[in-house]
Amino acid sequence: MSVILVLIAFSIFVAVGFLIAFIWSVRNGQYDDPYGSSVRILFEDDKPRDTTVAETQLPSAGKESQSNQI
Amino acid sequence: MQNPSTYESFNPSSASCFHCGEPCDVAPVDCDDKLFCCTGCKTVYEILSQNGATDYYKLESHPGKKAGSYGWGQKYAFLDNEEIARELTEFSEAGTTKVKFFIPAIHCSACIWLLENLRRINPGVQHSKVNFGKKEVVITFHDREITLRQLVELLVSLNYIPDISLDSLHRDLKRNVNKELYYRLGVAGFCFANIMMFSFPAYLSMDEALEAFLRQNFGFLNILLGIPVAFYSGSPFLVSAWKGLRKRIISIDVPIALGILVLFTRSTCEIATGTGHGFMDSLAGLVFFLLIGRWYQGKTYEALSFERDYRSYFPVAVTVISDNLEEKIIPLRNLKTGMRIMVRNQELVPADSLLAAGAGYIDYSFVTGESAPLAKHPGDRIFAGGRQVGSSIELIIEKEVPQSRLTELWNQDVAGTDKRDRWDPMIDTLGKRFTLVILVISALAGIFWCFRDPSQAITVITSVLIIACPCALALTLPFSFGGVMRLLGRNGFYLKRTAVVEALSGVDTVVLDKTGTITQNDVFDVDLSSLLLSDHDLELLRSLVRHSTHPLSVAVYRAIPPGEIFTVEDFQEIPAMGVQGVIDGHRIRSGSAAFTGSPQPEQIVNARVFVSVDDQAAGFVQIRNRYRPGMRDVMLVLGKRYELHLLSGDNDSELPILQEYFPSPEHLNFGLSPAEKLQYVRNLKTEGRRVLMIGDGLNDAGALRESDCGISIADDVYHFSPACDAILESAKFHRLPDFLDFSRTGIRIVYLSLAFSLLYNLVGISFAVSGKLTPVIAAILMPLSSVTVVGFITLTIWLAGIRRKFSVKS
Repeated sequence: MSVILVLIAFSIFVAVGFLIAFIWSVRNGQYDDPYGSSVRILFEDDKPRDTTVAETQLPSAGKESQSNQI
Repeated sequence: MQNPSTYESFNPSSASCFHCGEPCDVAPVDCDDKLFCCTGCKTVYEILSQNGATDYYKLESHPGKKAGSYGWGQKYAFLDNEEIARELTEFSEAGTTKVKFFIPAIHCSACIWLLENLRRINPGVQHSKVNFGKKEVVITFHDREITLRQLVELLVSLNYIPDISLDSLHRDLKRNVNKELYYRLGVAGFCFANIMMFSFPAYLSMDEALEAFLRQNFGFLNILLGIPVAFYSGSPFLVSAWKGLRKRIISIDVPIALGILVLFTRSTCEIATGTGHGFMDSLAGLVFFLLIGRWYQGKTYEALSFERDYRSYFPVAVTVISDNLEEKIIPLRNLKTGMRIMVRNQELVPADSLLAAGAGYIDYSFVTGESAPLAKHPGDRIFAGGRQVGSSIELIIEKEVPQSRLTELWNQDVAGTDKRDRWDPMIDTLGKRFTLVILVISALAGIFWCFRDPSQAITVITSVLIIACPCALALTLPFSFGGVMRLLGRNGFYLKRTAVVEALSGVDTVVLDKTGTITQNDVFDVDLSSLLLSDHDLELLRSLVRHSTHPLSVAVYRAIPPGEIFTVEDFQEIPAMGVQGVIDGHRIRSGSAAFTGSPQPEQIVNARVFVSVDDQAAGFVQIRNRYRPGMRDVMLVLGKRYELHLLSGDNDSELPILQEYFPSPEHLNFGLSPAEKLQYVRNLKTEGRRVLMIGDGLNDAGALRESDCGISIADDVYHFSPACDAILESAKFHRLPDFLDFSRTGIRIVYLSLAFSLLYNLVGISFAVSGKLTPVIAAILMPLSSVTVVGFITLTIWLAGIRRKFSVKS
C-alpha cells in the first residue's frame, strides 16, 4: 500500500512543479500581451543580430524576442 | 527581398495608397512605381525603404495610417528641456535611457515589427518592445547618440505619433492587480484538481480497510490543500464580505464568504474526527469557478482611457517669450500670470489670456461646441482650450492653468457624484435578499431537526449554507454582463465596466450633443449654388484647391465635378486666410471673405469658402457639417423608445432640420455653455428621469459625468475623449439603437439565468434540509450548476448577437 503514498508524493511534486512554472510565467509577463507574443514568433530574422549586448543588459524585456529564430 | 512583384499581390487596387490603403483621389504621389495618397505616406515609405525595413509592407497590406503632410517643426522642442525629459523617462543611467510611450496608432503585426526594429533605422536605439494590448512601446536608447526629442521625431516621421500629455506623465502605477488574480486562479486550479484526486475514495465505494487507510492520509492532504484555497485564493471574497459588513452592506459576497468558511470548518472537523470525507473538493471547485467569473468580468480595454481629464488634453510645455525676446520652453505647471507665450498653428491655448500680437483664429469646437472658428484681434480675451488655426500668436497669461475657466469647469462637480456608489444595485439587492432567505431556511431547518434528531441539527444547518452558496448565482452577473460587454466591444462600443450594461438598459431619456456627435467632424456637405463661376472657372478653382490639404479645400475639391486639371503657378497657402495661385492667366483666390475681398456676411452662419477671380468676388461655397450616416434612422428609432433632448453649444442655424426628430421644441437647446448642459442634465434627473448623455467634447464632460450613463463618441477611440462610462466608435453610430437594445437583452438573460440557478439551489436545499447532502452530491451539483448556467448565458448572448447581425468573432 505504501507504494501509493510514494506515487502520491511524486505526483504532488510534479504538480507543484507545474504550479511554480505557471506562477513564473505570469510573473515573467507572458500573460501581459497575448497578441504581441503570437505574432512576434512569426517574424523572420533575416539579419544576424548585433544587439545581443542590449538584450542581456535588460532582464525585464526582450526574452520572448529571442524565440524568433524558428 | 525587395522584389516588386511581391508587392503587387498586396495592392490589388491601383487607386489605393500603398502605405495606408486610403483612396488616392486627391493629389496622389508616386515613388518606386507605388502610389501614395499624400506626401506624408510617401515619406514614411522612403524612410523605411532606405533602411531596409520594407518587411513592414509584407506583414500586412497597407499597414500604415494616413500621414498627411504636416511637418512638426519646433513642436517637439520641449523634449530638449531636461526637467520634462526626466519626467518622461523611466530610467536613465550611464548613457542608456529607457522610455515608455503610448502610441494609439499601433494596430497590427506590422506595427509591432517596425517598432521593434527601430534600431535598423537609427542605431542609437538599443532595444524596443511593444505591448500590443496597451498600445505601448518601451524603448531603450543610447542618449548620447539620439536624444529624446530625436527619438520622438523619428516615431513621428514614421507616423507613429506618441501621445505625450500632462496626463501621460502621471499615469500607470495600478498594474499587478490582474497578476494577483492569475496567481489565485492558478493556486485554486492546482488545489481543485489534486483535491478531486484525493477524494476518489469518497466517490467510489472501496474495500473498507483500504478506504480507512486512504481516507486518513488523503483527508490530511485535502486539509493541507484546502487552506490555501480558502485563505489565499478565496481571500478576495472574504475581505470584500467583511468590508461590506462593516459598512452594514450585505453584498453577494456575504453568502459566498459564509459558504467558504462553513465548507472549510465543517470539512476540517469531519476529517479530523474521522466522521466523514469533508467537502474540500466542493470548496476548491467553488473558489475556482468564482475566480474564473472574476477574471471574465475583469476584462478591460487597457488601451482605452475612460478617466481622462483636461490634463491629457493640454500640452506638456509652452514656449515663453522673455523680456529680451528670447524664446524658452518651460513645463506647463511653471506657467505664471503675466508671462508672454507663443502659440503656433494647431496648438492649444493653455490658460486664459489676452491676445498680444498676431491674427487669432481660434477653434473652440471641442470646448464649447461652436462649429466655426472665431477671429480674434490683439487685446481680445482668449479662453483656455481653444486651438489656434493659422499663424503663430503671442498671448499674455491672465490666469494660471488651475484657475482658468476650462479647468474650473472641469473641477466644479467632481465631488459628490461617484457613480460607483449608485451602481451595482442589482447585485446588491440580490445579495441582501438571498442571504436573508438562506439564513431563514437554515434556521427553520435547524429548529425542525432540533425536535426530530438534535444530533443532525448542526449538519443540516451547515449543509444548507454549503449547498446554497450562490456559485451559479454569483457567476450569472459577471458572465452575462461580461459577455454583453465583450460582444459590444467587438462591434465598436466599449464599456468601462460591466456594470455599465445595467445602467444602459435602465435609461429612459437620451440627451445628445450636436457638433461632433450627430454631425461628422471632417466630412462636409458642400453647396456650390452661391458660386458665380463659369464651368471653366470652376475647373480652375478645382485645380487650385487640389494643392491644399486644408479640410475645407479638400471638401471643395471633391464637390466640383471632375474636369481638366490646369497647372498652377505662384501657388501660395496663407494660414487662416486661404490659397491663391495663377492658373491659365487668371489669379484665383479661395478662402476667407477678407482674403478674397468679398462682403462679410452679417453673422457667422456656417463655414463659407469665398472665391475671387482676378480680384473680383465670385460668391462663396457654403459648407455644412454633414450629419452622421444613418442619423435619421437612429433618431427615429430612439425617438420611439426614449425621450430625446438636444444640447448644443452651437448656434441654431440647423434648427429646421432637427425639428423633425425632436417633436417638442423645448427639447431643442442651442448656444448652451458647458455648465448649462450639466445643469440641464441635472434638472432632468431631479425630475426622476434616467439619463443617457452622448457627447464628444470637453464641453460635454460635465454633462457626461452627471448623467446616469455617459457615452463619448470618437473617430479614433484611442485619442482624447472626455471622461465617460462608454466610448462609441463614430463609424458605429448608426448601430446605437441596437446596442441599447442589446443591453436590455442582457438584463433579460440575467433574469433567466438567475431563475435557472435558483432552481438548482432549490434542488440542493431540498437535499440539505432532509439531511441527505453527501460530499458526492455536493461535488456533482456545484460544478454542474455553474457550468450549465455559464453555458446557457454564453449561448443566449451569442444567439442574441447573431440575431442582431453583430460580429461575434474576436
